[in-house]
Parts: sequence; C-alpha cells; structure tokens
Amino acid sequence: MDMLRITNLRKQFGDKEILRGLELSVPEHSIFGFIGKNGAGKTTTMKMILGLLQPDDGAVYVAGTQVVYGHSACNHFIGYLPDVPEFYSFMTAPEYLAFCGEITGMQKSEIKRYGRELLELVGLDGETHRVKGFSRGMKQRLGIAQALLNRPRLLICDEPTSALDPVGRKEILDILLSVREHTTVLFSTHILSDVERICTDAAFLNDGVVRIQGPLAEIKAKYRSTEYLVELERESDIPSLRSRFKDCKNPGKNQIVFRDNKNALYDLLRYFSDQKIPVHKIERMEPSLEDLFMEVVEK
Amino acid sequence: MTSLIAFLKKEGLEQVRTGRLVVLGCLFAVLGIMNPAVAKMTPWLLETLSDTLSDNGLQVSSVTVDAMTSWTQFFKNIPMGLIAFVLLESSIFTEEYRSGTLVLALTKGFERYQVVLAKSAILLCLWSVCYWLCFAITCGYNALFWDNTIAQNLAFSAACWWLLGVWVLMLVVLLSCAANANTGILAGTGTILLGTYLIGLFPNIKTCSPLMLLDSAALLSGAARPSSYHTAIAVTILLSAAFAVLGVVMLNRKQL
Repeated sequence: MDMLRITNLRKQFGDKEILRGLELSVPEHSIFGFIGKNGAGKTTTMKMILGLLQPDDGAVYVAGTQVVYGHSACNHFIGYLPDVPEFYSFMTAPEYLAFCGEITGMQKSEIKRYGRELLELVGLDGETHRVKGFSRGMKQRLGIAQALLNRPRLLICDEPTSALDPVGRKEILDILLSVREHTTVLFSTHILSDVERICTDAAFLNDGVVRIQGPLAEIKAKYRSTEYLVELERESDIPSLRSRFKDCKNPGKNQIVFRDNKNALYDLLRYFSDQKIPVHKIERMEPSLEDLFMEVVEK
Repeated sequence: MTSLIAFLKKEGLEQVRTGRLVVLGCLFAVLGIMNPAVAKMTPWLLETLSDTLSDNGLQVSSVTVDAMTSWTQFFKNIPMGLIAFVLLESSIFTEEYRSGTLVLALTKGFERYQVVLAKSAILLCLWSVCYWLCFAITCGYNALFWDNTIAQNLAFSAACWWLLGVWVLMLVVLLSCAANANTGILAGTGTILLGTYLIGLFPNIKTCSPLMLLDSAALLSGAARPSSYHTAIAVTILLSAAFAVLGVVMLNRKQL
C-alpha cells in the first residue's frame, strides 16, 4: 500500500512554474529519499502534502485520505520536521513535547511516558534549559522528537541533515533508520550519501517532475552500466591491451575501463589467460547516485 | 477542546515568560495610580505655578478636586494604555509566521480557526485584566480620598471604553490574519481608526460608530444618557464578531 500518493501536482509562483504535473508514490514502511537540487520544488511539494500551500492542480493522498488545503485533518497521520525547525523559545524540551502531545489529543500519561522515551532516543533527556539556548543540532533532534510524538504513519523531513556537522548528520540518520518499523519516512535532500546510507526508495525531482523513482536497488540495477574497471599489475601491458580491444578507455596508469559488448568480457578474460597478464582486479562499475543525479539534471 | 486548552495554556505561558504580562500589568497599575495622584496634585501644582501664571496675566483661583477629576483623568489616560497594549501585542501572530512555530502546530492537526480563537481569547482576557486592574486601582483610591458616588453611570461608561478596546483588539486580530508583518498591522489599525473617526464626523453616522464609545466619559457628569450609546455598542459587538469570523476565513486562505 502507498502511504503517500501524489497525482499531477502543479504549482506556479508568478511566472515560474515550480511543479509541472508531479507524480509520486511512497510505499508504506519505506525510507524514501526525495532528491533534487536547490529550488527544484521539494519544500513546495512537502508544504502541499501538509495542506500549507494550495496546489494549482492535482491531488495529494495521505494514507488514502485526500489532503485539503487549509485544513489539518490529514495531518493527524503526519509528523513534520522543517529544514530549520523553530520552537517556542520560552519552553523547555519536555514542555514543548507536552504541548505537542496535548494539541494532538494524546493522553497525559502517554505524553509523559512516550515523551520521555523520545527525548532519550534523540539524546535530550535531562536537558532542562529552555529552547532559547539550544544549538542547531539540538533543535533538529527536538524536531524529530516532536515529529514522532503522535506516532505518525508518515514522517516528513525537509533536508534534515543539510545544516549539520558529520556527527550531527550521523545521529539524525541513525534516528530515522531506527523509526522505520513504525513509520514511513519521506525526506528531501541533496546530500546523496545520506540517501545511499539509509533509503530504501528514492525519487529524483527535476524541472518540476519526478524523473526516476522506485526502490533504490531497482533504480541502480536499471541504470547499471556495462562497463568494467580492469586494473592490471603491470602498466606495460596496457598498450597491447588497448590495441587488441579498441572500445576501452585508460583513466589511470594501470587501469582501463572496458565496455562489455557481445561477450567481449569473455574474450578479454581469455586474452589475459593466453597472454598470462597478471590482473589486480576486475570490477563492474556501479552507477553512483551522483552519476544518476547528474544524468537526470543534465537531461 | 483539549487542543484549544493546550494552545491557550501556551499563550498564557508565553505572556508570563516573555515578561509581557508583567510589563502590561505594571503599566496599567501605574496608570491606575496616576489618575487619583494627578487629581490630588492638581491644586498643589497650580499653587506652585500661580506666580508664573499671574506674571502672564492668568489668575489662579482655588481649585477643588473630587472623584470626577480623577475619573476624567482615567478616561484621558486609558487611550495611552490601549496604544501600549496594541504595540506590545501586535506581533502575537506575525512572530509565529516569521519563526514558523505556528506551522508545526498546524501540521499536528491543530485547526486554524482554533488559532484565531485562542489568540483572540488571550488578548481579550489580558486586556480585561489590565483594564479592570487600572479601573479598580483608580476606584479604590477615589473611594479613599473622595466619594465615587458623584460619578454617574460609572460602571457603564467604563464598560463602554473596555468594549472599544475589545473592538480595536479584534481589528488587530483580523489584520494579523491578513498581514505578515506587524508594521502592516499597526499601519492598518491606524488607518482604519482614522477612517472610522472621519466617517464619524457625519452626525447621523456618529451614533453608530464604535468611536462614539470614546466619549463615554460624558456619561459621568450626566451630559449624556446611556441609551444614546446603545446603537454604538451593538455595532461594536457585531463588528468585533465579524472581525473574528473574517479573521478565520483569511487565515484559512493564508499560505504559510
């Protein structure tokens, strides 16, 4: 079942068309990376999922219920972490969680128990200072705690790691990974290593439409190249190899990149065997998300 | 209902912890003390200045002050209190728009009409506490020094001014639902008050204008009758309610 489904979403600000018929499906219990460069429309899409922005056209369904602009009924299923979360600076972290719990209609005993658990999860237990004195990382962690408090079926995080140092990033990614059992996570980012680290699914947004989407493994398989990186022990073997196999490049001293056309790989292996050429390694070149991203952006 | 109470509690806590409650409480208490104090000091002030005034050809005869002097001072000072109140509280919505704190509450299923309801309630509650605190202090000192019974329709005239404050605050709420910055709210409030004043210059319209309530001090001396304020009161109440409804409609349409 899809936890989130978006059909033909369009949005224009002035002359600029940000979204041009965006289609997106987020499966339940996935960690979904929503990838796009700055200004691609990721935050706009997220605000429309939350009913904070009015789409020009199209529909958004969360857990099968259509989102209505200006109304918050669907938001009972959603937890939201904005890119720069701001909280009431005059409150402490437990007070803020209690406030969030009460406005979502949770029982007081539940707020106290689960609030304490979440503060432990994000490492803010025992923090008695008011939010006013919190660092950016602490605010981000409190942001995750408040977003998870109502046990949302869909957790939406808008670039949760973009402003954090490597330690802070790892902490946030670990927390997102740990909540997958209970919650579907949709997080926007342009940090592709974060996506590779925790995401099960991904979508690439460019020019207002989703160019590629699906399970990460399938995306990678689909765009898997037929190129192999061959590393030889002796650099002196390279010229003879290049003269025998025309369709190869020489990116490094003792390396060649070889395209496997019409079982050419077997010919190559036979050649190594016949000529007794010592090989250091042969590696199928996996497309990185960065390559895919660049391909999508440059299309 | 639970969520509305939670938001109201948050608003109350904000007023306390940001110090706005203390500032407004002190201001209105000082205003309350100033009214009888100024009345009490008036003869002494005039006596001190009598030599200077007589040099300028002005003769100062003996001045008698009573509770009416103090109540007149109350109605002169309370506009200052209302202006200070509006200045301090005009950012009650816009600060939340700017920081994005309201968005987080809305993304938890909190309804927009509840935001308008809670913020209006806290503003009116705070205004009532401040206003009637000022009134009670003046009333207490007046009873101590003079006799309050010489002021006719005292409670009614005070209630008229309180209602005018309610109208102005509901106007602030309406503008807060439309504008994004509190400069816009202050400019809008000023413009609408000026417009209402200018429209009220037409004699037929004045009796229906909320600004008619500004003259409620005339009730104290018996120069006006309470019945002549009934239309203005009804219009003020209706407009205040309309501002609240319009505010909800505008906030529902607002892109946050």
